[in-house]
Amino acid sequence: MKIRIKFTKQGPVKFIGHLDVMRYFQKAMRRADVDIKYSEGFSPHQVMSFAAPLGVGLTSNGEYMDIEVHSMTDCDTLMKQLNDVMAEGICVTECHLLNDNAKNAMSLVAAADYTVTFREGKEPEDIKGFFEGLLKFIDQDHILIVKKSKKGEREVDLKNYIYQLSVSDHKIFMKISAGSADNLKPELVMEAYDQWRGEASPEFAFCIQREEVYGNTGDEANPVLVPLGFIGESVE
Amino acid sequence: MKKLALSDEILLSIEKPARYIGNEVNMVRKDTDSVDIRFGMCFPDVYEIGMSHLGMQILYDMFNRREDIYCERIFSPWTDLDQIMREKKIPLFALESQDPIKEFDFIGITLQYEMCYTNILQILDLGQIPLHASQRQESDPIIIGGGPCAYNPEPLAEFFDMFYIGEGETVYFQLMDRYKENKKKGGSRREFLEMAAEIEGIYVPSFYDVFYHEDGTIKSMTPNNPHAKATVTKQLVVHMDDATYIEKPVVPFIKATQDRVVLEIQRGCIRGCRFCQAGNVYRPMREHSLEYLKDYAYKLLKNTGHEEISLSSLSSSDYSELEGIVTFLIDEFKGKGVNVSLPSLRIDAFSLDVMSKVQDIRKSSLTFAPEAGSQRLRDVINKGLTEEIILKGASEAFQGGWNRVKLYFMLGLPTETVEDMEGIAELSEKVAEVYYEIPKDQRNGKVQVIASSSFFVPKPFTPFQWARMSTKDEFLQKAYLVKDKFRTMLNQKSLKYNYHEADLTVLEGVLARGDRKISALIEEVYKNGALYDSWSEHFKNDVWMKAFETCGLDPDFYTIRERSLDEIFPWDFINAGVSKEFLKREWQNAIGEKVTPNCRMQCIGCGAKSFKGGVCYENQN
Repeated sequence: MKIRIKFTKQGPVKFIGHLDVMRYFQKAMRRADVDIKYSEGFSPHQVMSFAAPLGVGLTSNGEYMDIEVHSMTDCDTLMKQLNDVMAEGICVTECHLLNDNAKNAMSLVAAADYTVTFREGKEPEDIKGFFEGLLKFIDQDHILIVKKSKKGEREVDLKNYIYQLSVSDHKIFMKISAGSADNLKPELVMEAYDQWRGEASPEFAFCIQREEVYGNTGDEANPVLVPLGFIGESVE
Repeated sequence: MKKLALSDEILLSIEKPARYIGNEVNMVRKDTDSVDIRFGMCFPDVYEIGMSHLGMQILYDMFNRREDIYCERIFSPWTDLDQIMREKKIPLFALESQDPIKEFDFIGITLQYEMCYTNILQILDLGQIPLHASQRQESDPIIIGGGPCAYNPEPLAEFFDMFYIGEGETVYFQLMDRYKENKKKGGSRREFLEMAAEIEGIYVPSFYDVFYHEDGTIKSMTPNNPHAKATVTKQLVVHMDDATYIEKPVVPFIKATQDRVVLEIQRGCIRGCRFCQAGNVYRPMREHSLEYLKDYAYKLLKNTGHEEISLSSLSSSDYSELEGIVTFLIDEFKGKGVNVSLPSLRIDAFSLDVMSKVQDIRKSSLTFAPEAGSQRLRDVINKGLTEEIILKGASEAFQGGWNRVKLYFMLGLPTETVEDMEGIAELSEKVAEVYYEIPKDQRNGKVQVIASSSFFVPKPFTPFQWARMSTKDEFLQKAYLVKDKFRTMLNQKSLKYNYHEADLTVLEGVLARGDRKISALIEEVYKNGALYDSWSEHFKNDVWMKAFETCGLDPDFYTIRERSLDEIFPWDFINAGVSKEFLKREWQNAIGEKVTPNCRMQCIGCGAKSFKGGVCYENQN
């Protein structure tokens, strides 16, 4: 049985890197007595995959992972079993049974929501002006930046990857492209804005939180973004 | 959620921030206002090393069972954070509460190896606690040391308020009760130290005066306080099953060196290798029952979720229920996604059988520790392993499909000759030859024999405590000699030889048998930037060498000097169980190349029987 699990990453555990989060969940599965499937071979490992790695220092309300189990009572029980053995800050918030032929979360990732706030003491003097400028910046028809990768430099239009950006209550909300093909980091949006306005934000100025990860149930031309928790769910 | 001691900015600009945030699974949380005693348990090395230490976990669990004590963990900040904390004057904190450690009642520092001594000063310094016990005020924590290096605490005497000589499970609660009692009646720091000095196993260095002969050796060491005892006797757990073990070890987020459940099957050793300090000071050997271990194996795997379980002891093959525990672990946990990792076992039919069940033969190697290259020298050190046993074991293993063998040796052992050293290469060659005796079509590729040698350091409370240590140049010459010999071997392409660093070994020798004068040296090197000396990338030999000059100390006095049988050693005030008479006898047996039987074969009257338990009373109910 394939299961999709949604969890949070809040507080000090934001300093735990992606590989260690994987190790953490492998141990958690055993503590919780989850009847998880193991791969074959001399050193079997659990059948487990994560949707999108989260950078060190970012918090999240919407992390996803898929596992395969031999058996389980029901999703609510599984959720309780796991939450009984979690470290502070990591909480399982959803559990979904998937169709056996469901694609794994990682391959589905198309977009993600983030909120960005100023870290305490890092706010600019003219915070109103900062946000106004940001909205002007995002209002442009094209936002051309040079993206450096292993393959070299290429010019990309950020505008194609920013689906939504708004500001309310000193908090920036953005829905941006994610996944293996066109992954955009929220930090890059802020950097591009700094470059455009010709003023650098101080180091570590922003607290970034991932809120949700989406898959695309439409097509490339007409995307329909649906939270990963609602894709591939089977009726019980 | 508790606020962290370090800001996000700092945590995001250093390596592995997870070392400093606590919050791991099974971390103990308590209200700091509702406890009477705050105890900081410190391993003076980086988090991943410290978190792998079993003793610390046992004591963490033990202390925290008491509602009136909150025991928290303290580790050395890595060099990147060290620098930031100095610049910004951030006080060192404990992981649990993230509170500064200077607010604590006790800091207990475990002394696992000599080369961590500069890190102890780092802990105190960053903790904003005076380095010298004599400078500490009423409000400063009591600094207590324990662990194997406490069997010669003198090089650290200046920095500690007290040391505890023995196994942690026994007298700590008594000490805590005295502390509360004293606090309640408004007693002073000094009054508490006097109360503590009366507890068995507690040594308060400031209550003793040391007088020296003109040649620098000790004339006498006498108590200067009526509460202090002339002899401090080691304390130990008599019946292992009476001691509580860990039930819920803290599970690190980042990979610790020891990322597995560890079951301590026994304490002490029956073998009596003459170079081994642990084998002497942890006498007598005491076993856990099979039932006790089974019970804890379930609990520990369940509570940690670790994917591996291993056994810990000085010589697992001597555990009387070895077959029982190994079979149990394999039957019960193998196939449930739990790996069973075996400690080095004597290679025989049984161990080869279980090893083939739990590990991939193609990827694993066999380990032998002959320690010396010739039978003559193995008799000197009382290592019972013979060439015949090694070659027979290797032959059986090769037939079972293994093709990699590791051999461990020491260079610089007392009485060592050129033949003994060359024997290292010759024995390695013979092991390789055993492999090529197998018909070609039944072999599993080429054989690989990896021989490693460390340099011998004489340790207190061993028969070799009188021995002269080699100089750095002598050590290196020995290593070159062995290397050259390897080059002349027929199967040299299948053989590999490694040797350890010599600089570090010399300092280890100084600290291991050092006296109180060494405190000044440790402080001098620390002030000149020495830290993490056990990490080769941080070790600064020149700083140490310069400090010897500055302090007017001669390393040769501690290392290569010949000690007479009636010399008073800095650690002689400790009764570790094994008597000085026994050690002398064994030293003479060593020179005479005479083998001494192990504890199960015959009692040799080492003195540990006075503890009234363990192997000394086996089959004698």
